Amino acid sequence: MTDEPLLRVRGLSKHFPVRQGLRATGLVRAVDGLDFDVRPGETLGLVGESGCGKTTTGRMLVRLLEPTSGSIEFDGRDITHAGRRELRPLRQELQIIFQDPYASLNPRHTVGRIVAMPLQVNGIKPPGGIKARVQELLELVGLNPEHYNRYPHEFSGGQRQRIGIARALALRPKLIVADEPVSALDVSIQAQVVNLLRDLQRELGLAFVFIAHDLAVVRHFCQRVAVMYLGRIVEIGDRADIYERPQHPYTRALLSAIPDVTQLGPAGRIRLTGDVPTPLDPPSGCRFRTRCWKAQDICATEEPALVPRDGGRQATACHFPEGEAVSTSPEPAGAGLVADAAVVAAEPAGRGVQANVEEVSS
Amino acid sequence: MDSSEPLPSGEPDDRPAVPAQRSDQDAYLRVDDLRVRFDTEDGVVRAVDGVSFAVERGHTLGIVGESGSGKSVTSLAILGLHDPKRTTITGEISVGGRQVVGLADEEVRRLRGRDMAMIFQDPLSALHPYYTVGRQIAEAYRVHHPKASRREARQRAVDMLDRVGIPQPARRFDQYPHEFSGGMRQRAMIAMSLVNDPALLIADEPTTALDVTVQAQILDLLADLQAEFHSAIILITHDLGVVGQVADDVLVMYGGRAVERGSVEQVLRAPQHPYTWGLLSSVPSLHGDADADLVPIPGNPPSLINLPSGCAFHPRCRYADRAGSRSRTEVPELRAAGADGHLVACHLSADERAAFYAEDIARVGVAV
Amino acid sequence: MSLSPVEGVALAEIESDPDASTPAAKGVVGRSPGQLAWLRLRRDRTAVVSGVLLVFFLLLGLAAPLIEMVYGIGPREQFQNLLDGFGMPLGYAGGVTGEHWFGLEPGLGRDIFIRLIYGLRTSLFIAFAAALITATIGVVLGALAGYLGGWLDAVINWITDLTLAMPFLIIALALTPTITLRFYGERGQVSSAFGVGVLIAVFAIFGWTSTARLVRGQVIALREREFVEAARASGAGLGHMLFRQLLPNIWAPILVSFSLAVPQFITSEAALSFIGVGLSDETPSFGRMIYRSLDFLQTDPAYVFFPGIMIFALVFAFNLFGDALRDALDPKSSR
Repeated sequence: MTDEPLLRVRGLSKHFPVRQGLRATGLVRAVDGLDFDVRPGETLGLVGESGCGKTTTGRMLVRLLEPTSGSIEFDGRDITHAGRRELRPLRQELQIIFQDPYASLNPRHTVGRIVAMPLQVNGIKPPGGIKARVQELLELVGLNPEHYNRYPHEFSGGQRQRIGIARALALRPKLIVADEPVSALDVSIQAQVVNLLRDLQRELGLAFVFIAHDLAVVRHFCQRVAVMYLGRIVEIGDRADIYERPQHPYTRALLSAIPDVTQLGPAGRIRLTGDVPTPLDPPSGCRFRTRCWKAQDICATEEPALVPRDGGRQATACHFPEGEAVSTSPEPAGAGLVADAAVVAAEPAGRGVQANVEEVSS
Repeated sequence: MDSSEPLPSGEPDDRPAVPAQRSDQDAYLRVDDLRVRFDTEDGVVRAVDGVSFAVERGHTLGIVGESGSGKSVTSLAILGLHDPKRTTITGEISVGGRQVVGLADEEVRRLRGRDMAMIFQDPLSALHPYYTVGRQIAEAYRVHHPKASRREARQRAVDMLDRVGIPQPARRFDQYPHEFSGGMRQRAMIAMSLVNDPALLIADEPTTALDVTVQAQILDLLADLQAEFHSAIILITHDLGVVGQVADDVLVMYGGRAVERGSVEQVLRAPQHPYTWGLLSSVPSLHGDADADLVPIPGNPPSLINLPSGCAFHPRCRYADRAGSRSRTEVPELRAAGADGHLVACHLSADERAAFYAEDIARVGVAV
Repeated sequence: MSLSPVEGVALAEIESDPDASTPAAKGVVGRSPGQLAWLRLRRDRTAVVSGVLLVFFLLLGLAAPLIEMVYGIGPREQFQNLLDGFGMPLGYAGGVTGEHWFGLEPGLGRDIFIRLIYGLRTSLFIAFAAALITATIGVVLGALAGYLGGWLDAVINWITDLTLAMPFLIIALALTPTITLRFYGERGQVSSAFGVGVLIAVFAIFGWTSTARLVRGQVIALREREFVEAARASGAGLGHMLFRQLLPNIWAPILVSFSLAVPQFITSEAALSFIGVGLSDETPSFGRMIYRSLDFLQTDPAYVFFPGIMIFALVFAFNLFGDALRDALDPKSSR
């Protein structure tokens, strides 16, 4: 494993023009200046609520969307604006798994054809033939290879998601972008798929960008976590940092809002008021300030930079990040009940994380 | 969950084949041996097969299950929303003392909205896109208050919007559903279902489509409203965390049948059914060892068209063999298990279950 | 609003995994969506009856020369000896006899039955050819416009609008004689193949717009689906996207629109022939027959009856079959 990142993202932005008739009347800043790295074999979780730009980011990484600005470097090559032909060799190393197991499989194709598609499109003839390779892949994701000739509608949601995973693995990628791969599945099936992805990640040494809104799932899968809000990363760090020592108020609120089976009854929680503002007209300064209980004047005027703290492992974009001592921070009454188990729970830090972080703040 | 073998005599609530909960008499909603069948091209579907429960005013019952468990069908049967041509409903559903099954359409419609109301998962499809949100709420009010003037209905709607925490309710009244954000839409939906002060509120996955921070707001709102209006709430969800947060009692459904029922402490803290164990151990948590594998339930949820024989869970149950061939031939009845009012439908004896739970599940440390 | 959201919820709960509980029940080879549609089609009685009728008509049209041989009378043979002094056929019901099953044409005395068979052949040929050509043009233009979007979409849309804005009848009236004149001059003998060709061309020019719009809409709806993105993420080119990923999913509406276009072209051909732009009298066709027969509506109603009933049955069967096909291919649309 080298120290070179497999994926290096700098200043990545995607702005969608809003049109009324022929006139552009506005700009949706879906993603607005992201910096992050993913090392070979590393799993990065991209977490946030709807509208935070995590899905747009995922689509840009596999170049289904054209970035407005910024750069994406994969394996040392700049692929930000590479054309289809230039991308071709890279496509094989960079794949995507989709959220909706129903929409992501062509209903008119057999499972065999679906999984073989990436091979055929790229004109790859694996030794032993395509069929053998496809059956090997089906077996790898825990499906019966005999089901080669069946159609997607004959499978359950969980099995369909496995088919989608097999398709993504067909080209032996180095990095997989998984866009909410389990959120459309039944609870008991989610765990199956998370375990499968984890096994595959370990066995094949895959790097993952795992996009999810569910922090609990991300905790079980990712070594590093980036929390997004309105098109920006507000906090990034190793798993232990994010879950045990969250410094950004939004991360804390997000953690505290998750209903946890182990806690009965309404627990002391941080309650954010209102909804996420529209990315058409994001708040000035810190984008989270409209829902933040710590917001001061400076938050409205100055955008906080993603600053590394704690010796570079964890970076937080906040003017008033939480220190180690939680209770000293100036909080209004309601949010004072922060003694959330999530913050307290102890865990050996930094396990399984091979990376030293060198987050670049723009 | 220690001593009680099935049917220990002397317990008041151990009649087999269910019913009877502690508070049966004062319950606002009582469902007794509900069975819902659909006639489809592929055969008869027993979507709900003998389910009983009761909900008092001021209490919340969480119904938990995966797709195909019959949880949504149950709620629709209570509201009388099934197409009578294709659906056969038997059993008893009593809402505020009135029998719903077999009631004429017109009368069920009168009950609906006034005595019971529903909150859907997707407020965007439940709200009409071409009418303003306020008008829809006002209409819902006027249906049951024909004497109310337009002005009164409007005032009532604005009050409700205000009550569910929508800022500037008078201005929001004249906006269309697409102008609301997801959380606001769900609030409007709640305002609409509460506009006639129904005593029973059925919420079908009310927060599944929402972000976690908004979900937390909506769950708080439901709890506040319940305290204020003293309504009985049925919360249908697949999320055990949500149940743990707001429910008083829990009903776990699988394959159209109830497999476990009890108070939220009983079901989540001392679960008795292997399916409940499976659910608990497969949910990723914010606590415990993040590197440990989740323990999923093997296999897939069953199809109601082709339900496994005997205990519907047996093909996915790790302990099915311990119960011998019974698990494949005999449908287990819901029987008393452990503490007062805790019911489970499992062929395993209480001792066996306690042993398995201690060995396999509690050890993993997921379900505390 | 008959299908409430409620029903959807209930059905969604029911349909779950058919495979887990019955692994042994089905063979390893699955049923494709096409096979399922075929099963549904076979279960639909209307579809079966109209389908059989259509096959019968097709066979009749295909086997016209064979029938002529067996029947022993050609479409251009005249039986003046069986007409009376006013040119009306002798006997009852327009001269129906064991020899001339549907009787004879007044005036020229040609056999109506064999002319109907050949008319059927002409009509079906024109209709199928026109439907095929329009479907091809429509699919290609619609798919390109829908998938690529941008300026190409704008241009194709513009052409579509332009075509729709052109008055079909007036242009057909103006164009057909002009073209004929250009190729054959004042007095040239127009071959029947040429007339047929011109008709098909006129239909092709005007008929592709609806298919193009349909396909464009379907492609736009599919374009954002995740399986299409999956193919793009794997580096698939335009050909693969259109022909492997998209088209297989829109065969159903294309097929339905094709099966409904055929009867439309049959009636259009009859209408054009009726107003005299279509085929010459040389070529047997439904439109010409009805046109000629109208003069004898009072005196020889049987002459109107046979072609009328034939064209009615044909178009009716096609439309019934098209509707049944739609139901079979997309069961959700039926209610």
